Amino acid sequence: MLDFAKAAVFAVQEFFLLAGRAIKNIVRSPHYGADIFLQMDIIGVGSLPIVIMTGFFSGAVMAMQMAKALSQYGAVGNTGMVVSITLVRELGPALTSLMVAGRNASGMASELGSMRVTEQIDAMRALGTDPIQKLVTPRLIATATVLPLLTIIADFIGIFGGFVISYFVLNLAPTQYWSTAWQALDYQDIAQGLIKPFVFAFAIALVGCYFGLTTTGGTQGVGRSTTQAVVVSSVMIFVLTFFITRIFVSL
Amino acid sequence: MPDDKSNSVLRFEHVTVQFGELKALDGISFEMFSGETRVLFGAAGSGKTVLMKTALGLLKPDSGRVSVFGQDITDLSEHELFRIRARVGVLFQEGGLFDSLTIEENVGYPLMNLKELDCPPEQCRKRVEEALRFVELEHTLEKFPSELSGGMRRRVGIARAVVTEPPLVLYDSPTAGLDPITAYTIIALIVKQRDLKNTATVMATHRYQDGHFMANYRYDPNTGRIEPANGGGAALRTVFMVMREGRLAFEGTLDELESSTDPYVQKFVRRES
Repeated sequence: MLDFAKAAVFAVQEFFLLAGRAIKNIVRSPHYGADIFLQMDIIGVGSLPIVIMTGFFSGAVMAMQMAKALSQYGAVGNTGMVVSITLVRELGPALTSLMVAGRNASGMASELGSMRVTEQIDAMRALGTDPIQKLVTPRLIATATVLPLLTIIADFIGIFGGFVISYFVLNLAPTQYWSTAWQALDYQDIAQGLIKPFVFAFAIALVGCYFGLTTTGGTQGVGRSTTQAVVVSSVMIFVLTFFITRIFVSL
Repeated sequence: MPDDKSNSVLRFEHVTVQFGELKALDGISFEMFSGETRVLFGAAGSGKTVLMKTALGLLKPDSGRVSVFGQDITDLSEHELFRIRARVGVLFQEGGLFDSLTIEENVGYPLMNLKELDCPPEQCRKRVEEALRFVELEHTLEKFPSELSGGMRRRVGIARAVVTEPPLVLYDSPTAGLDPITAYTIIALIVKQRDLKNTATVMATHRYQDGHFMANYRYDPNTGRIEPANGGGAALRTVFMVMREGRLAFEGTLDELESSTDPYVQKFVRRES
């Protein structure tokens, strides 16, 4: 029991040390610009299809569910408002980040894990590069840049998905849907909706890289790290969204 | 070239490296000098790889001091260590080639990344080609490591280790998992590098014949061939070390190794000879 607790505390300490070094490296040379753009392409452009799919269907489902509930109060006309607030504040950031966590936290853990077990990380250090600077920091910068952008796309596509249902199924006028959707949002919603993915990006990139870099035990270890990275980063997204929401609710 | 005893290349003083309860290195002390060859024998898990990684500063000792080229590296930071690592070549047991980079980029990696070497790009390519020519793989520049055979990957690893012309090269089990013919090619390359550039060499291996070859053969630059050293230079400058569960069980010349009465050391020599 004591050993388990010690190992857990040690892992948390190691994680924060890695996070600290990765963040410190953002302002420290050398900068690996090409790696940052490559990661932006992998994480951002690569995640676009699933983010669009998830956004569209979550908006559409939301519109159907909400219209049913709102019809009890005779307020089906407010569907656009409910869809846009829910998506922008909560579902857009959370679902997009979960998709990216599933796709990229796992990818980072398995890539860095394989590099670790084949001594490529050691080789990197021996040949003059800091693996945190070369591997972790570019992934962190790339994720923190593209995740808010992906969230904006998911939000918009989601609201559009809600519109498709409102127009074709609920027979609402387009102007009614779009004007309620637009008017419902204020700056605080937008701020909340963009701060969340920015914070989640740290959870995804750092957790993915942490599990990758601490992989032991050959190919089996790579599999284990990958699973752990997805589980831990997903849970962290839920925990963080709770705290960020709590802060914004009390503002 | 006579040994320059004041020219210490690598020095371990009572070095202990621990992983939890397990002592991977347990009070290891030795010192090697420029132009010297060290052959490191030991069963799997005896601490050969840990010793190599400690010498590079990739692992920090829990106690004891490590010095490279006379400089104590025990307490240096990762960035300070790059200055030392620029002068040490290394071939990892698993090869450690970057699979996302071409052979040219792999071999050029230390030249491009070790700022201490200050290598202009146009010169880098020339040096990469030269290093690949040395291992007879100059036609593989554009290929990726996954397209090469195990023996070729090992040779690329050697090219990358020596491209910076380091005065000290560490080879971690360079022949492990290779057929006898390829293993011979690899050892011949190591001997050639050692004798052409007078490189201090540490080679970990579990094969007795590798060490025997290192001690008894030399590369003749005039004929371009590997030939018996006839008890001269190479044999005198080759020191054998046998590791057992993190401790140094033996340190001495080939003759002393062969006449050792220690059952562990003896078993080692006989088993592979």
